[in-house]
Amino acid sequence: MSDVTDTTLQGRAAAPAPVAPAIELTGISKSFGPVQANKDISLTVAKGAIHGIVGENGAGKSTLMSILYGFYHADSGDIRINGDLKHITGSQDAIDAGIGMVHQHFMLVQPFTVLENVVLGAEDGALLKPSLAKARGILQDLAHEYELEVDPDAIVGDLSVGLQQRVEILKALYRQAEILILDEPTGVLTPAEADHLFRILRNLKDQGKTIILITHKLREIMAVTDTVSVMRRGEMTATVPTAETNPSALAELMVGRRVLLRVDKTPAQPGETIMSVRDLDVRANGVAKLKSISLDLKAGEILGVAGVAGNGQSELLEVLGGTRAAQGGEVRFRGDPIDITPSANSAKRRRRGIGHVPEDRHRKGLVMPFKTWENTNFGYHNAEQFRGPMGLANQAAMMEDARGKIERFDIRPPDPYLKAANFSGGNQQKIVLAREIEANPDVLLVGQPTRGVDIGAIEFIHQQIVALRDAGKAILLVSVELEEILGLSDRVIVMFDGTISGERITSETNEQELGLLMAGVDPNSEQSA
Amino acid sequence: MNTTLPRWVDIGLIPLINLALALFVAGLVVIFIGEDPIRAVQILIRGALGSDYGIGFTLYYATNFIFTGLAVAIAFHASLFNIGGEGQASIAGIGVALAALTLDQTHWLISLPAAIVMGGLFGAAWAAIPAYLQAKRGSHIVITTIMFNFIASALLVYLLVNVMKVEGSMATETRKFQEGAQIPFVHEMAGWFGLKMARTPMNISFFLALICCVFTYLLIWRSRLGYEIRAFGFSEPAAVYAGINPVKITMIAMLLSGAMAGLMAINTVMGDQQRLVLDAVQGAGFVGIAVALMGRSHPVGVLLAAILFGILYQGGAELAFEMPKISRDMIVVIQALVILFTGALENMVRIPVARAWLKLDRRSA
Repeated sequence: MSDVTDTTLQGRAAAPAPVAPAIELTGISKSFGPVQANKDISLTVAKGAIHGIVGENGAGKSTLMSILYGFYHADSGDIRINGDLKHITGSQDAIDAGIGMVHQHFMLVQPFTVLENVVLGAEDGALLKPSLAKARGILQDLAHEYELEVDPDAIVGDLSVGLQQRVEILKALYRQAEILILDEPTGVLTPAEADHLFRILRNLKDQGKTIILITHKLREIMAVTDTVSVMRRGEMTATVPTAETNPSALAELMVGRRVLLRVDKTPAQPGETIMSVRDLDVRANGVAKLKSISLDLKAGEILGVAGVAGNGQSELLEVLGGTRAAQGGEVRFRGDPIDITPSANSAKRRRRGIGHVPEDRHRKGLVMPFKTWENTNFGYHNAEQFRGPMGLANQAAMMEDARGKIERFDIRPPDPYLKAANFSGGNQQKIVLAREIEANPDVLLVGQPTRGVDIGAIEFIHQQIVALRDAGKAILLVSVELEEILGLSDRVIVMFDGTISGERITSETNEQELGLLMAGVDPNSEQSA
Repeated sequence: MNTTLPRWVDIGLIPLINLALALFVAGLVVIFIGEDPIRAVQILIRGALGSDYGIGFTLYYATNFIFTGLAVAIAFHASLFNIGGEGQASIAGIGVALAALTLDQTHWLISLPAAIVMGGLFGAAWAAIPAYLQAKRGSHIVITTIMFNFIASALLVYLLVNVMKVEGSMATETRKFQEGAQIPFVHEMAGWFGLKMARTPMNISFFLALICCVFTYLLIWRSRLGYEIRAFGFSEPAAVYAGINPVKITMIAMLLSGAMAGLMAINTVMGDQQRLVLDAVQGAGFVGIAVALMGRSHPVGVLLAAILFGILYQGGAELAFEMPKISRDMIVVIQALVILFTGALENMVRIPVARAWLKLDRRSA
């Protein structure tokens, strides 16, 4: 194991070990313009190990893996696979070298069957039938060996995300991958599905496969990896055996300073109900997304909405935020009904005091090619203070407003002229939060506030949300991160298949109970039955 | 690739390389038909810029392209590809002609503003139907605006043959506008200041076009409406999130685009022909697409690109005249090459230049 723990230059110079490491990267550097994404990175991954790579967003994990998988070409440095120097110039080279990658966003053709997806790009000849027949056999063996059962004739679009992920893994194995890279694989899984995935990974490891797991969830690193490498600002800061470290030590290595993993907050003091939702029905393309949802949101509390992605939380947030119409039901804000028909307009809602941090800041919360000063008033740009003469915008006021928000929310770099696309995830989210919080809303709808956000910024964002609560505002928090829901919210509702499958006081529940509710099982009712 | 090029490379160097490539390939074509390409370029440039006569014609053509280029650029900021400038300008010609025919007993100071309003309204109206179909029904604006070009052309023929033609005349045109609707030529305006210029069709519309460049800049980059147009153009979900109504923005952007294309009719119908004729637009609507692409949808870029195409038009005409082997069709080929390289093949040059720039940048850093 010594060659695994040591990635320094001396380690590289040492005599080759009897078994060559599965992957050996030496001196990898890669720049994008002025940004150096990878600085002289060396990494050794032992054969048959599960190797975790953690780091904040923008630390260079994805770039490094993209270099290994041939999406990018390193400016300098060597890649050795099983001891052999490889020139990987495209993903086909990587596949030929036995590397398989499971992307965060699946690369599957939705209307194709599992079998067709697996074979796609790896057909043996012009005729499809023999390839499919061969693949069917191989798939059966793989399914047996690794607990990777999927119906080969199922249409991929009909499968759950967990099963789609299995198809991705099968795709890689079908291409005889010996090294499997998984990029944030548990982001879309229930805790139970994640556990199953880890079982699969351990099976793969037992069969001698090498696995690289990229994640920002330290709990997963602790649960499943043998070795963990930490990246910070494009550099590899440490590689340690997992058994010899702990989450707070890793967090400190990632951020470069001590961080608070727990959210520091006092018990909530809920006041009157500010927003009430009754029998909300939402359909999209004929599919019921919300089925008669009712809930009350009180001043001075954070109401968490837990659930696996795709169970109606997004639709709930969109209806309340005014970007999606409901087909039935009623929403009241301070006793007055709110327009939830197709004529609903989110600008009206903002004027009434309902702020909205959307789940997808790239497509909704920000206009990526807009500069900071254009984004810090986005949605509020028709407010009195931003109006100039003759329909012009008061750009001086917008700029001043932006400078204030940049300072108060510590947005870095503090450049009002920088385009949103050029900020890190955490700073992008700070721009959105600064805008929505400083508008001083009575209700703040927050979706996935820390998705793709680095640990240092998570702490700050959580503090801001708690501060807003303490100022007597109502907050609806939608998050697929159970840890975040447990840490931040005062009350939790769990959504499953468009319904509320349970409601709990956060301090009186735990991850297991919520996990069951997320799968649509109510532990209490089961006991009584 | 995450790259930021300096502005002068982005809007200066790359278009110039594209232009050079286009001229190089055009030069090969000229060699192929047995003429001297260097001499051809000399004739072209001398014809376009070598005299006040040439410059007048060049800027007359450029005026058309500024209007149609701005029209495409405005729609482009809302991520709408308005291919219908041709049709919008021809229909606007009817509006301009109606204003001029009605008011040509008065003074151009009265008939010109009326023609601007009518041209703008008619152009906008012709863009309104495709815009509505796009906004409400999702019919693709490229398809509908192209189809509306044909409808416009047929409608114009019908009107000129059956309704607006001078009775007893065989020519498919309206009567000539009288003095009250004849807007000043630039050579006349120069005369007011005691300057002598050759007679060319360049008229006061050129200055209207310059005002429209400033207007477009203020609209897109300084106004709240322009902010909403750009936000919508970059990301529709973000626009909806911010409370910007996509239907409204699609309609407004297309109406403005159509109106801008419509103003072109002032230059040709009122300024040059002083009557409504068939095909007053002469393809300027399509050249506007290339102008907007080359000008990166920025008014300054549009202005420069429009002048370039003005040079190609005027210089090309001289070239066809002086080099008999180079026919009028050859000039169209050369113009098409410029459009091909600056518009369609833009990324062919952009990506290598960006790479080379980054390499240089890193070395110096």
